[in-house]
This record gives sequence, C-alpha cells and structure tokens, in this order.
Amino acid sequence: MELYDLSIARCRKLLEEREVTSREVTASVLGRIERVEGSVRSFITVNAEEALNDAALKDKEEQSPEKPLLGVPLAVKDIICTKGLRTTCGSRILEGFVPPFDATCVARLRSAGAVIIGKTNLDEFAMGSSTENSGFFPTKNPWDLNRVPGGSSGGSAAAVAAGECIGSLGTDTGGSIRQPASHCGVVGLKPTYGRVSRYGLVAFASSLDQAGPITKDVLDAAILMNVISGHDPKDSTCAPVEVPDFTESLIPGLGGLKVGLPREYFGEGVDPEVAGLVRRAVEMLKDAGAEVKEVSLPHTDYAVAAYYIIAPAEASSNLARYDGVRYGLRVDEDRGLREMYEATRAKGFGAEVKRRIVLGTYALSSGYYDAYYRKASQVRTLVLNDFKEAFKEVDIIAAPVAPTPAFKLGELVDDPLTMYLSDVFTLPGSLAGIPGISIPAGFTSRGLPVGVQILGPHFGEEVILKAAYNVELARGDLGKAPEL
Amino acid sequence: MRITKEEVEHVAKLARLKVTEDEKETYAGQLARVLEYMDKLKEVPTEDVAPTFHAVELKTPFREDVPGESLAPEETMSNAPEKDSDSFIVPRVI
Repeated sequence: MELYDLSIARCRKLLEEREVTSREVTASVLGRIERVEGSVRSFITVNAEEALNDAALKDKEEQSPEKPLLGVPLAVKDIICTKGLRTTCGSRILEGFVPPFDATCVARLRSAGAVIIGKTNLDEFAMGSSTENSGFFPTKNPWDLNRVPGGSSGGSAAAVAAGECIGSLGTDTGGSIRQPASHCGVVGLKPTYGRVSRYGLVAFASSLDQAGPITKDVLDAAILMNVISGHDPKDSTCAPVEVPDFTESLIPGLGGLKVGLPREYFGEGVDPEVAGLVRRAVEMLKDAGAEVKEVSLPHTDYAVAAYYIIAPAEASSNLARYDGVRYGLRVDEDRGLREMYEATRAKGFGAEVKRRIVLGTYALSSGYYDAYYRKASQVRTLVLNDFKEAFKEVDIIAAPVAPTPAFKLGELVDDPLTMYLSDVFTLPGSLAGIPGISIPAGFTSRGLPVGVQILGPHFGEEVILKAAYNVELARGDLGKAPEL
Repeated sequence: MRITKEEVEHVAKLARLKVTEDEKETYAGQLARVLEYMDKLKEVPTEDVAPTFHAVELKTPFREDVPGESLAPEETMSNAPEKDSDSFIVPRVI
C-alpha cells in the first residue's frame, strides 16, 4: 500500500504516531498525480509547491484535538474559493481570478490543519452531470477511461478514486456529490441545506447549493463533516444548529431502524444491474437489524421538470454578476458598456451555461413566471411534502443514485434533456433540502462501481452515516482498485 | 415550436448574452424539447399549494450592527480587469 492510498483516518493515525510526515504523504500524492493525471485529468490547478511547503510547516505544528486534519492533503472542487489560489469554476469567464478570501468551509479545513493539494475539475459553474461541460477539459472515470466520472464534482470524485488526494470537498446542487461518488466508487455526502456555510462557494442555485465531503470511506466523510459543519454569520441561510460528533454515530447494528424503499425509484428505466446492487445493499441493512418497507414518493416523476426550471432561474440571476467589470474575463470591443457585457458573456460562458441562462431567464420573464417558475416552486412543495410524509413512517430512504452506471464520454453531451433525466434520483432530495449519502454497493459485470443512496430527514446526517457505515461493514473492502 | 429563434434572441438580450445565428437555432431546438418536457408540471394540481423557495425552514438571523473585519479596498479590487486605484473602469456610458 502506498501513502496516497491512505484514508484520512489512517493518514492521521500514522502522522500522529510520527510513522510518516505530512511532507511524505503530500509528496506521495503529488507523485501519484504526476503519474496518472495525464489520463484521468482530475485537477484544474495542482498546488504542488505550496502544498509541500505547507506540509513541512504542518510537520512542525503541535498535534491537538482542534486540528483533526493536521497535515492531511485534501483536494477542493474549483467552485469553492481558496485565498491566493486561482478559482475558475471550470469557466473561461473567471480567467485569472484569484480569490482574496477563503470560503468558510475551506477556512475550516485550513484551521483543522489540512493541506490544500489542488483544485478539481467540474462542469462549468457545476452545471452538468458528467464534467464534460468543463471549460478546460473533461475528466475521465478512473475505472474506465472511456467513461465519464459523473458530475459536476467529477474531478473531486475521480481524484479520490485515483489516489490523487486523501479526501476532497465537492458541491451538490442536484446530485453533484452523490452521482460522481457513485460512478467513481467512493463515498459522497450532500449535507442538509444549511448545514454547511455557502460563504465563498460560488453561487449556482442558491436555494439548493451545498458543499460536502467526497472520501474513500464513511468514517472520512464523518470526519470532514465535523470540520465543515456549523453556523456561519457570513451565510444567513446557514442554520444555527448544534453540530454533533458525526464519527460517534458510526456503530455496528441497525436494530429498530426503519428503511423505506420508494417504489417510484425501482421502476422502469433503472438498469437491472444497478437495481440488483442497490437491493443487495438493502439486504445488508436488513442483516444489520433494520426493518425494510415500501414507501411512496408520488411526485418523484415531476422533480426533474421542477428542478430544471428552479435551478436555471436562480442561475440566470446569480450569473448576472459576470459582467467583465469586477473580475475575470473582459472582452472590450471599443463600443459601449452594453456591448462589452454581451461580448464578455458570449466569449466567457460555455454552451450549457448559456443554455441554462436562456432557459432560466425565459422561465422568469414576464408572461412565463407563473406558468414556469411559480408552478415549479409549488411542485417543489409537493416533493418536500412527499419526503415529510415518508419520514413519518421510516427513518431513512434507500434508493439508487443514478439509473445507470457511468456512461461513455460524448454519449449524452449533445442531448441536454436526456442528460437532465439522468439526475432523476438525486434531484428530489435536493429540492427537499434533505441530506443524502452515496456509498459503493458493488460493481457491475463490466467492473463499473455503483453506489446506493441513503436519504434522511433534515439534519439527519447521523442516521444516514450510521446506515452507510453498516453497508460498508457488511460489504467489506471493495477488493479492487482502478488500474491506472 | 415552443420557443422560436426570435424568442431566444429576446431572452438572450435580457440576459446580456450575444448569441450567434447558429446558437439561436441550436438553443431554440434544444429548449423546445426541454420546455415540452416541462409541460408535465401541468398535470399536477397546485391551486392551494404554497410555493417553496427554501426547503429548510429558517428565521432571518439578526446580529448587532457593529463593524467587523472586512477586505481592504485593494484586495476587493485585486481582480478587476481594468482599474484606476480604487475605481473600476468601464467603457464610456454617455
């Protein structure tokens, strides 16, 4: 086993016992990046020199319970602001942008002692399900380089799977942590909306965006949640809710736990191998003592339509800030101000972002607002109520993450609607603001990893972590690693 | 067609986005399919349903009105494509 293969918990243990230094681990990860990055391409920016210097400093720092990540090299999705380290959002419109501040979640990683190894690739402004919409290059799935890693946090998920970091942060607006985690065979947790501060997370759809961990195992996800969660005065939507020690919920046994299987998530359109692997994971929950019953989330079928009105509407408003005045690209044609705005945005944004700006502006425009945006927001209420009803009967919900394993590069890129429909199982939870975790359930006959999604009620991260931990225990070691 | 080239042009203008003839054509086609799919929502009766804009119930948090730390002007200006000390330069408006 190489140092770059370590989980956060094992890395910390070796560092604490002075068996290894942060510099050694960081160098091992950077070496791995150098060897595999040519084929995987997880990173937009590798922070090599600074990470090594930082690691050397961490090696001199005193260990303390306040620094649970001391010396651990982590990767951060490139839509989360890092002070002094360029942040692109996968977009050409943020050319040259170096944030003068850290996002709150990054500041918390740093004060916990983490070393930031680099910024990972994503679909431009997190708009996509394959990382092919990056303004730079697509990331490849480490398990099959002809396939996508999922998205939008494809770079973070691929980096964890390929051993290019010890753990990472992603963001999830409609499934962007859970789906790439599933496609890359790693763990990804989308926290409850309001659990983690959005300050410094570049806004896509503000009522949906959340940052969360993408890691090698469930314990690591809990460790990162401990660090990044909690109220932040800089984000008025960040809930003043107590943060428990999430690692304490990782105990074997699920006696008394009720698990709901939504019948709408197991119908037609789900790949039989995916459904089989998810059902196997459900058996593991049962074997651990949980009681399983069918539930119904009747508005599931409307979530894609509602989401793809609400999210582009919010995006069209949020992305108005890219005007060539305060940061990023500017295309000045020596004409007027308006022409400068239009030319800058035309050159800086990629096709999917433009498509969503047009769609969102249309849905908010006079004459269409009630028919689209308001209607979608009412349907959102019904989707949320479905979950509220279900959680009166069960403690958690188990479901597929995506209808298929990772698809091939280029397969869906010119077919936006089909790409949107692939988000069908992650969007309802996003609209409802509930937490969800994806953990590897197993592999298809072609060797592609498939995750199982576990959803919980608002601020129910502890119970989904506990359930995920029990699946992990029953499943045992993945038994293989990507051949790179 | 649910959305015409002219409508794409109009909406793009509202969003301060210059689009080429090709883009207008492509987006109109793709968005027409997307909007057609959105028609599904009409099946759902929502007459008495209040819209949700934030899924987690939160009260507006208040704090004391005291100045805290903030970025220095030169830091906030550091990414400006064109500036003059503490002013952003934009093309002539009048």
